[in-house]
Amino acid sequence: MTVLISTQNLEKKFGDIHAVRGISLDVQKGEVLGFLGPNGAGKSTTMKMITGFLTPDTGTAEICGFDIVKEPIEAKRRIGYLPEGAPLYSDMTPHSFLNFIADIHGIDKSSRSDRIADAVNKTGLEPVYHQVIDTLSKGFKRRVGLAQAILNDPDVLILDEPTDGLDPNQKHLVRELISAMAKEKAIIISTHILEEVEAVCSRAVVIDQGRVIVDGTADELQGRSALYNAVTLKTAEASAGALIEKLEALEFVKQVETLSQMNGTKRLRAIPIDGKPIASDITSVIQEQGTVVQEIYVEQVRLDDVFRQLTTAEGE
Amino acid sequence: MANTWYIAKRELFGYFGSPLAYVFIVIFVALTGAFAFYIGALFERGQADLQSFFIYHPWLYLILVPAIAMRLWADERKSGTIELLMTLPIEAWQAILGKFLAAWATIGLALILTFPMWITVNYLGDPDNGVILASYLGSFLMAGAFLAIGSCISALTKNQVIAFVVSAVICFLFVMSGAELVLNFFRAWAPEFMVDVIGGLSFLTHFEQLTKGVIDLADLVFFLSFIVFWLFANTIIVEMKKAD
Repeated sequence: MTVLISTQNLEKKFGDIHAVRGISLDVQKGEVLGFLGPNGAGKSTTMKMITGFLTPDTGTAEICGFDIVKEPIEAKRRIGYLPEGAPLYSDMTPHSFLNFIADIHGIDKSSRSDRIADAVNKTGLEPVYHQVIDTLSKGFKRRVGLAQAILNDPDVLILDEPTDGLDPNQKHLVRELISAMAKEKAIIISTHILEEVEAVCSRAVVIDQGRVIVDGTADELQGRSALYNAVTLKTAEASAGALIEKLEALEFVKQVETLSQMNGTKRLRAIPIDGKPIASDITSVIQEQGTVVQEIYVEQVRLDDVFRQLTTAEGE
Repeated sequence: MANTWYIAKRELFGYFGSPLAYVFIVIFVALTGAFAFYIGALFERGQADLQSFFIYHPWLYLILVPAIAMRLWADERKSGTIELLMTLPIEAWQAILGKFLAAWATIGLALILTFPMWITVNYLGDPDNGVILASYLGSFLMAGAFLAIGSCISALTKNQVIAFVVSAVICFLFVMSGAELVLNFFRAWAPEFMVDVIGGLSFLTHFEQLTKGVIDLADLVFFLSFIVFWLFANTIIVEMKKAD
């Protein structure tokens, strides 16, 4: 695989604030990397350094082999960037704005109209193509920003909160667009919406206080939760004691906790060791014992919870 | 160089796509005319020249040029489009030069549109058109110097009002630096050569030379190197402050 984005030990301080403290990442062609992290974690600052807007205090980033600090022009040619908030020249129309971007990228006359038509088509800008950007809705503005970023068909896409402020349909459209482009490019998106990570990202990186604290797939991220693969069940109070004993004897069960007790029933939760799947072992125990169980389910880990667990524990 | 032109083209599009350029041009032409006729007594002097027209240009530029320069970078920083601009594959100086040239060309157009003054004096008498041409050149160069200051100051702040006021004050100092009032202040404590340097930076002195019809290389070099210096400072400031 080809590594298209490579950052080495990026650091940035703003006065006393150490915004980014050594971020090293490689992103390969075909990967969509989701940047997660609380506000002020250093996501945008990292993206600004990768795109050459900010100069890192130490470290550097390479885009397709070009160093963003030493060869900024060559590197920038290969990046499509949607800055946070999608700033645009609001006195222009999408038509004139995209032509300006095409000018700067040196897209020649012969392929220009095709390129622009393609970007406009992919982002669904046709209805507002000749309207002044200032008068467009937030969703359309964001899409003009996206069209600008993909216009040059860059190898690397850096999108800072690409779906922020869009309605559910527009979000879906943008995610489909990202997925469709994913094969040919290396893409980094930052987001607060964790479902987006599951929907489009092949890899998730959680940043907190300027450091990478998790780097893995969305599944691996869920695996970080203590509740990953935990099994919750409800049974009669009378049979609970024996069941707990049997379950705790299982190889991969760490412990069984009692969640609640009411109307002669108990709600129990079995926590696995290292997130191992234990549901089938538990069902066989129940069958052997002939215990009557009213409810049984595997806990669904919400990424939000994992995220909160990871990013609040760090500060303590 | 192509990139400089693309940036300039975009800026000009912005000027002429909004009332900005038209308001500027109309006010400039109206005010230069009003000053020349009512205060400069163009007719009453009974001389076929444009002295009373050009003499007010430094004072008009003092207000009008910072007004057109204030948005150049302050607006770009305030709206965040500077992030877009500076992550495109262009050098910072290309963006700075492009924006400067677009604004300068707009002022140039306003200056050209004062041509009825020139027709008037030619109709009424027999002026020295060489002097008038040199004066136009001087006025245009001086506008460029004002504009370079304004562009540089505009990169220091996100606030256009601050950019306007600070630029106007700095421009005022450069206009007045040849005046006895200012020079006496420095004579009190500064060495003589420094007083000479300060006096030599006066826009008025260099501009007056040109309005007399004397196209001295030194005056041209003064204005051009003045512009280059401020645009160079502008580049450094944009690089330093762009992400603040």
